[in-house]
Amino acid sequence: MIRFLLKGILRDKSRSILPIIVVCIGVSLTVTLSGYMRGAFRGMIDQNARFQTGHVKLMTKAYNENKDQLPTDLALLEVGALMEDLKRDYPDMLWVMRTRFGGLIDVPDENGETKGQGPASGIALDLLHPETGEINRMNLARSLVSGQLPKKAGEALVGHDFAEKLGVKLGDEVTYFGTTMNGSMTFQNFVVSGTIRFGAAAMDRGAIVVDISDAQLMLDMEDGTAEVLGYFSQNVYDHSKAQLLADGFNEKFAKSEDEFAPVMLTLKEQNNLAEMIDYANATSAIFVMIFVIAMSVVLWNTGLLGGLRRYREFGIRLALGEPKGRIYGSLLVEAFIIGAIGSVIGTLIGLGAVYYLQVYGIDVSEFTKQSTMLMPSVIRAEITPSLFYIGFIPGVLAMLLGNMLSGMGIYKRETARLFKELEV
Amino acid sequence: MKYLLSFLLLAGIGWMGMTPPMGDPDAKTILAKVDKNMASKTQVVESEMIVYGARKNRTIRSKSYTEGDSKSFTEYLAPAREKGTKMLKLDNRLWIYSPTTDRTIQLSGHMLKQSVMGSDLSYEDMMEDHELTEVYNAKVVGKETVSGRATWVLELNAKVPDVSYVKRKLWVDQERYVPLKEELFAKSGQLLKRVSLSDVTKVGNRWFPKRMNYKDVLKSGKGTDFVVLEIAFDKAIPPHLLSKAALRK
Repeated sequence: MIRFLLKGILRDKSRSILPIIVVCIGVSLTVTLSGYMRGAFRGMIDQNARFQTGHVKLMTKAYNENKDQLPTDLALLEVGALMEDLKRDYPDMLWVMRTRFGGLIDVPDENGETKGQGPASGIALDLLHPETGEINRMNLARSLVSGQLPKKAGEALVGHDFAEKLGVKLGDEVTYFGTTMNGSMTFQNFVVSGTIRFGAAAMDRGAIVVDISDAQLMLDMEDGTAEVLGYFSQNVYDHSKAQLLADGFNEKFAKSEDEFAPVMLTLKEQNNLAEMIDYANATSAIFVMIFVIAMSVVLWNTGLLGGLRRYREFGIRLALGEPKGRIYGSLLVEAFIIGAIGSVIGTLIGLGAVYYLQVYGIDVSEFTKQSTMLMPSVIRAEITPSLFYIGFIPGVLAMLLGNMLSGMGIYKRETARLFKELEV
Repeated sequence: MKYLLSFLLLAGIGWMGMTPPMGDPDAKTILAKVDKNMASKTQVVESEMIVYGARKNRTIRSKSYTEGDSKSFTEYLAPAREKGTKMLKLDNRLWIYSPTTDRTIQLSGHMLKQSVMGSDLSYEDMMEDHELTEVYNAKVVGKETVSGRATWVLELNAKVPDVSYVKRKLWVDQERYVPLKEELFAKSGQLLKRVSLSDVTKVGNRWFPKRMNYKDVLKSGKGTDFVVLEIAFDKAIPPHLLSKAALRK
């Protein structure tokens, strides 16, 4: 029967072309937009992971409870031994130290007194050991506006807007003034090796990026760090793996009441990313549902038109004694085949578009001025296994649903009136 | 006649209600006596500040020279990290000199509300040394016992702009005219700090509390202890010490 119906579909293009085109358009749009949305959300999650959360993050319990205040007095200590343990126990992960801190940046005049000043938003990371990958991870090289990355201790990057406002040039000295992890006053001079644009106005006004060793020295954080971030070696976040890792690590300290015992959090447990990921999935599902409903309405209409066009054919078949259920069934099989053909073509077109957007992306640099640490200039789509069915199944279902609705008319045909209609 | 007598009686009762009982001074007098104990033309103080941290406590020793309410110089003597750091206050500006970086940094504005060395004191708290009678209107709102001492409870409201704390509450020792407890409020009425004063000692002809605990109520912890080791009032201070020249020496 299927071969017969298929021949009918292929030979009578007038009944198949329009539905195939409609399904094709809908499926390709769904696949493309789903792939783009997933890519964009993945990009945002990736940004969070690279800049703030890691795929997993270690800090003390006390630090975690107050993390919005960047409490360096609650930082991790004896980090050297901790890092060794982490590398040994989780060799597939890459572990890096980071510290964020606040304070003041003071710019001296020729007499060493204050020429200008601004609140400092500090980030300390490993800038001097390329093997940690921190420079690429933080997009520092691309975000440089002038100068170069720090090559030795005592050098720093500052926000470009801040540097311009205070007339700080490359090679000038600025002083960081803040508080150590023990609460003492601390002053540290840095030579400005380069300026950077972060993409967030508050940071561009007073940000400073220094090497982690400088931060450890000036904040009295010997063998310490505020946070240890872990990244999967493939650089792709896998929540189930991350959760397993975190659960295993946290179990070792579950019974400890020490507020300075380390705790590991997954990416999803930080920065409300769980909500964002759920939102991304929900949005995708809503989009697919809207497509199914919209396509169903369109295909119902198409089915009705087709039904009108085949009114005579159905009448003859009924008159010849074919049961209504069988006609309805053949209509649904036809719909399935047409839906499948349209969905396959649409999925292939959609995947092609997603692949193109994955490779080339959409350049939004006009809106973000240049590539920055917080926002990439190019937003890319992402091909995922779900794209192979996310359009296909709704495409088939929409066609089936539409024809199921439009085919109800078959049951309203009255056999007694058939011959009268056929006479006409 | 009857009505006149009634009126006079009521007026008399009203007047008595408005005046403090016989023997109790009014708020202005109490405040003036507090200023006589606490304020002076100059002060030279050697003190220790004990900061109770999350992991360990720190004791910071310093020596301060203060003239009136507009000039103050402090040099930190210990521990090693702080040694040689100097602070100079002139009017409402503050300079901090760091010997390790050989830099003088000026602080002003909202930066003065920041904590000093992780303590519960702000730079404003450290710099404050005005006479209360010049800055606040006061009224007596009650009596309480604090640490076994009878006190008057005074409510102070600022009468000048630009004060650190718009409203204060003072518990003043009735015998010695020294505050034993203070509460400091923001303009909104929010309680910001609580100060407990103890170890009241006779210094010359004054009573002076040699131990103070500042507690920032918006932070957790035990607060910060400020202990006066030595204090001298109205001693001559060399002018160069209260100038920027003293910072880099």
